[in-house]
Amino acid sequence: MNSTKIKVVLAGNPNSGKSTLFNALTGLRQKVGNYPGITVEKKTGSCNLDTNLSAEITDVPGAYSLYPKSIDERVAQLVICNKKDKDYPEVTVVVADATNLRRSIFLITQIIDLKMKVVLALNMVDLSLQQGVIIDVSSLSNRLNIPVVAINARKQEGIENLKKAIIEANSQEMATSFFDVSILFKKIIEGTNELRNSENDYGSFLALCLQDTNVDNKLKDICKKYQFIPSRAQAQETIRRYKKIDAVVDSCCTIVRIKSNRSITKWLDDILIHPIFGYFIFLGVLFLIFQAIFSWSAYPMDLIDSWFTDLSILVAATLPSGVFNDLIVKGVLAGLGGIIIFVPQIAFLFAFIAFLEDTGYMARVGFITDKILRGFGLNGRSIIPLLSGAACAIPAIMSARTIASWKERMITIMVTPLMSCSARLPVYTLIIAMIIPAEQSWGPFNLQGLVMMAFYLLGFLAALGTAFILKFILKAKERSFYIMEMPSYKIPDWKTVIYTIVEKVKVFLFDAGKVIIAISIILWFLSSYAPGNRFEQIETKWAGKENAETHIAAEKLEASYAGMIGKSIEPAIRPLGFDWKIGIALITSFAAREVFVGTMSTIYSVGDNSNIQSIRERLESVQNPDTGKAFFTTAVGISLMLFYAFAMQCMSTLAIVRRETNSWKWPVVQFIYMGALAYISSFIAFQLLS
Amino acid sequence: MQKLSDIAIGKEYIVKSIDNDELAQKLLEMGCTPGEKIIVERKAPFNDPIAIVVSGFMLSIRKEDAEQIIVKKL
Repeated sequence: MNSTKIKVVLAGNPNSGKSTLFNALTGLRQKVGNYPGITVEKKTGSCNLDTNLSAEITDVPGAYSLYPKSIDERVAQLVICNKKDKDYPEVTVVVADATNLRRSIFLITQIIDLKMKVVLALNMVDLSLQQGVIIDVSSLSNRLNIPVVAINARKQEGIENLKKAIIEANSQEMATSFFDVSILFKKIIEGTNELRNSENDYGSFLALCLQDTNVDNKLKDICKKYQFIPSRAQAQETIRRYKKIDAVVDSCCTIVRIKSNRSITKWLDDILIHPIFGYFIFLGVLFLIFQAIFSWSAYPMDLIDSWFTDLSILVAATLPSGVFNDLIVKGVLAGLGGIIIFVPQIAFLFAFIAFLEDTGYMARVGFITDKILRGFGLNGRSIIPLLSGAACAIPAIMSARTIASWKERMITIMVTPLMSCSARLPVYTLIIAMIIPAEQSWGPFNLQGLVMMAFYLLGFLAALGTAFILKFILKAKERSFYIMEMPSYKIPDWKTVIYTIVEKVKVFLFDAGKVIIAISIILWFLSSYAPGNRFEQIETKWAGKENAETHIAAEKLEASYAGMIGKSIEPAIRPLGFDWKIGIALITSFAAREVFVGTMSTIYSVGDNSNIQSIRERLESVQNPDTGKAFFTTAVGISLMLFYAFAMQCMSTLAIVRRETNSWKWPVVQFIYMGALAYISSFIAFQLLS
Repeated sequence: MQKLSDIAIGKEYIVKSIDNDELAQKLLEMGCTPGEKIIVERKAPFNDPIAIVVSGFMLSIRKEDAEQIIVKKL
């Protein structure tokens, strides 16, 4: 298409319906990337404004003002305040919640004072009307001197008008201002303007207030000279700005009847955050989520598994046999299958989380758990990362960005990988099936199920325990707060929930996927090649004999580079009850834990490695050469499970932690302490049980 | 003058001042400015955190922070 493209930034308070509007404007034409240099996710999408003008819309994280408090909120400020930023918008659209007009327009008045072209999208006007408040949109537009459009993001009403307003705003120069900050700080602003070579008073004021984020000695000097204390000045300015906003809100709103919208919310809160029942309800919700992850997602997972098996067989048969065929089937496809199989679990988990967040329930969970989590150096906001960690640590660690306190965010990131993620599930399933008799049960509880539960609980307790220790090690950079809006309950918007699922799955597939595939290819190489002519010798040895293929596969693996590595680490893992074969599995599991099952089946030369049953039977018959009894005793099994519960065997998580913390220090620390925890607990368990 | 942490649930007060700069920055921008009506809506177990309604919306805040918000009976 032959059209001009303008940059539009979408800003607004949390819970203002910003994401819903973003989805309504861009549909599925969205992509998730990263802002250069900082670690925050960037969502962009395109939208046609009219036949020859389109917009690239950037959705910045929700914020109440241009004074940032968390990494998330900094993005809004960075993009909007920095003219040199490559995302600096031609037009900014601010979404305001009409039921919270006073608070919602604070942000836009700041942006107006930066002399930027803005449009106010007034969302949820219908709700405000229900509450008995009539907002005069045109008078609001006159008072603010900017286009104001009433929209209903959910019903997609007013979207066309909003597009027209964006075009209109783009064509006009922004000359208006809302609050003249120079009446408070005339001298210093004049001085700063000169320093910054700018005439934008408010821009200079913000530069003074936010100087801690980009230290500039000249700004420091000028603050000293005029005894300017940024936090005080900011408070003073905010109060004055709100006074002006109050006048605007009073003149544009007519209250026809005073009716509290909070009655339903109040009623629900009486139940959902009841001091006793509240916790039981939360446990019930958790139970439902785990039920979904473990039993409902089994069906789509089986389907995906069988598709990949079919696909592998097909590709193996179609491509000419040789190295390339092997690489595609055993390297790429095996790695790809290992990732895609987790999509149903991740989709289910994030469906629940998005649903619970959209209804307003998640803020309540934070409310009833903050006190408890605080004792462990965490925060009410840590509950989402910890919960998500039960599916996959990668998106979970990313969701810790909303935690404003550096220390609490760090602790959350450091302990989340201890939560039992879905990749540990196949490992647990296989080992439990081997060492725990299926018939054994206590009343309605099957012992196998209880052991599985115990390991999940163990992961959670280990996370809490580690958090507790870190609480004393890490030094707080700032005081921690838990200030969180508890929005009125609402029926979730299904589209928003679906978009969230799509987005999270994409992140998982692409971010984690790249690493997993790369590692799978390396592992394939290590286990398919051996130094010298070892492979040829094995082939000659078994040529023409019965069952040659399975024996050859097993012996080749032993002779391969991977086998050599396994043997070299055997002395180190012997005290845990592991032999060199498990050693190989531990190494290959580094790509992803679930690779364990596949590796075990290859090592113990199971002809058909497509079902767990046959692997189990084969493993059960393995004998210990020293004792002549079964190798996989309860001691070995428990030791192995403990190792998988604690060890940081996930490249992708390490990569994400590195990205989120912007340093290699944290992933290295994490790798070492989780490894130590795994080694020590496996050692103790094996020595005690055997 | 009382601390926000000490007032009873459901009674109407107005915000007088916030004694901590960092806390003030966070609350002011959300519209919790001096002169605004403030009500303690409910308290979590152990009275911490507390849920307050200010400027028409509900907010949760820790007890230690509520201790630094000075309010006056309406």
